[in-house]
Amino acid sequence: MKTRHFPLNKLFLKKTVQFHQPKFKLTLLAVVMTSLSGCSSLGVEPWERDLLAKKAMALTSSPIDSALDDHIYFSKEASSGGKSFGGGGCGCN
Amino acid sequence: MNNNNAKAKSTKLNNPRLKNTEGNSTKKINIKAALSLATSALLGTSVVASCATQAQDVDEWQFDSAFLLYSEVDRVSASEAIIAGTKTFANDEVLTLKLTIDALTGASANGAVAQPNAQTFTRPSGNGQYVTAAGETPLDDTFKDTRVQLNGQWTQPLTENITGSAGGHLSKEYDYLSLGINGNLAYDFNRKNSTISMGLSFFQDTFTPEGGIPKPLSSMLVGDSSASDWDTEFAKTRVGDSENKSTADVLVGFSQVINRRMITAFNYSYSMVDGYLTDPFKVVSVLNNDGMAQDYIYENRPDSRIKQSTFMQAKYHFDDSLLNTIADVSYRYMWDDWGISSHTIDTRFAIPVGRTSYIEPHIRFYQQSAANFYQPYIIVQQEKTVFVSADYRIGEMTSVTVGAKYGMTLNGGNELSFRLEYYRQMPTSSGFTEPEALQTQNIYPVVEAIIAQVSYSF
Repeated sequence: MKTRHFPLNKLFLKKTVQFHQPKFKLTLLAVVMTSLSGCSSLGVEPWERDLLAKKAMALTSSPIDSALDDHIYFSKEASSGGKSFGGGGCGCN
Repeated sequence: MNNNNAKAKSTKLNNPRLKNTEGNSTKKINIKAALSLATSALLGTSVVASCATQAQDVDEWQFDSAFLLYSEVDRVSASEAIIAGTKTFANDEVLTLKLTIDALTGASANGAVAQPNAQTFTRPSGNGQYVTAAGETPLDDTFKDTRVQLNGQWTQPLTENITGSAGGHLSKEYDYLSLGINGNLAYDFNRKNSTISMGLSFFQDTFTPEGGIPKPLSSMLVGDSSASDWDTEFAKTRVGDSENKSTADVLVGFSQVINRRMITAFNYSYSMVDGYLTDPFKVVSVLNNDGMAQDYIYENRPDSRIKQSTFMQAKYHFDDSLLNTIADVSYRYMWDDWGISSHTIDTRFAIPVGRTSYIEPHIRFYQQSAANFYQPYIIVQQEKTVFVSADYRIGEMTSVTVGAKYGMTLNGGNELSFRLEYYRQMPTSSGFTEPEALQTQNIYPVVEAIIAQVSYSF
């Protein structure tokens, strides 16, 4: 019995993997498609931009602060960029 | 901008017979006008003779300026001044010019570990030595530099939904030159609620350190620098005068307005850095089995690095019940082919105080893993590695920034703000077991800094 069960289990596992991989890809694709098509229903009409139009609501509301911070963290840590270009620019150590 | 108008109006009111042009001509030229004229002159754009037209041109420049002081406890101090001018032209073309000047002084960790006895090191220039006391982290106190940076960026609509932007960068230090260009295209769709963008940038840097480029993994020459054969011996540890580095970045972004109160952004960036990525001022301690330093060798890093990162950000405008606070939350995950990966969480809450001011608390959390060639020191019997660096900035580390900004809108619409932050770096061991002599030493010292900034927009 034991010898029969073992390969059966293995087969079952293999099948599950075979079945699930395309299924996962399909789900992922569906999620991406839904979120992309979902974007068209997101957003506001031009007359609803009162709050978004505020300077403080801009993605980079203070470019000067961002530039200074980028310079500090570029010099002191191993990561840079992400929000904007990481770039080179100084030998600041 | 509004300040000028206000002044012009008041002059006109007090002297009703004065024409507008006369009002302007009698007005004391303020800093903004002077800067605008200077910028126009530099750009070669015609500065019109008529005062009335001049006032109109002048009003189109918007300036942002800031002065920042970054000061580490017992280490580096940097002061940085920025002035950026932005001019919007008739067809929504925007020109931004930015000048940055900074000065660095103080001491920087040289990479060697603390010892139970005093240690002597040769300065990177080869001119003289410095001594680190027993139990202290070795710091090179000759760190000094002044940097001037110029940036220019031109942005304009190309079609109804496409915006293009191109820019240039120049940065010059005593021993470092960096030149850069960038270009960006952004496409708006879904009633301008969604934007896809793609940008490219390229930097070319040249490093000419005083004392030349040290020979990777060679021993630091320590001895009497006034001896007759010193220069000849020191030259043997050098491989040239300068080295180059190039950086190419690709940035793909997507931003989406969710509703009247919320906007989000997602970025992916890919960065290729090639050339000299070693720090010529950093050494690695070579220790015997007991942990006592026998030698210091110059570090050596690979000559290429590929960095990738994903970045996401959300901004939310709360309603009256939460004081109309604007929350700004972002997360970045970065990874590279040196084995470093990092998480950064950055949060800011702009809380209005009264009608014209706000306070903005800021918390930033950062954590990175070590590069696979990072070693705080080498044990003499260890097999020689090709790449090694003891620079804590590519070691395992957590850092935290906590602070706040207070901003106010002045009469006439100019903005003044103050920022004060505390930055703490906490390097940690990535699994190294300390030999005996190091067990009482602080191998991973905490670095603390204060960031103070004043900004003025006019």
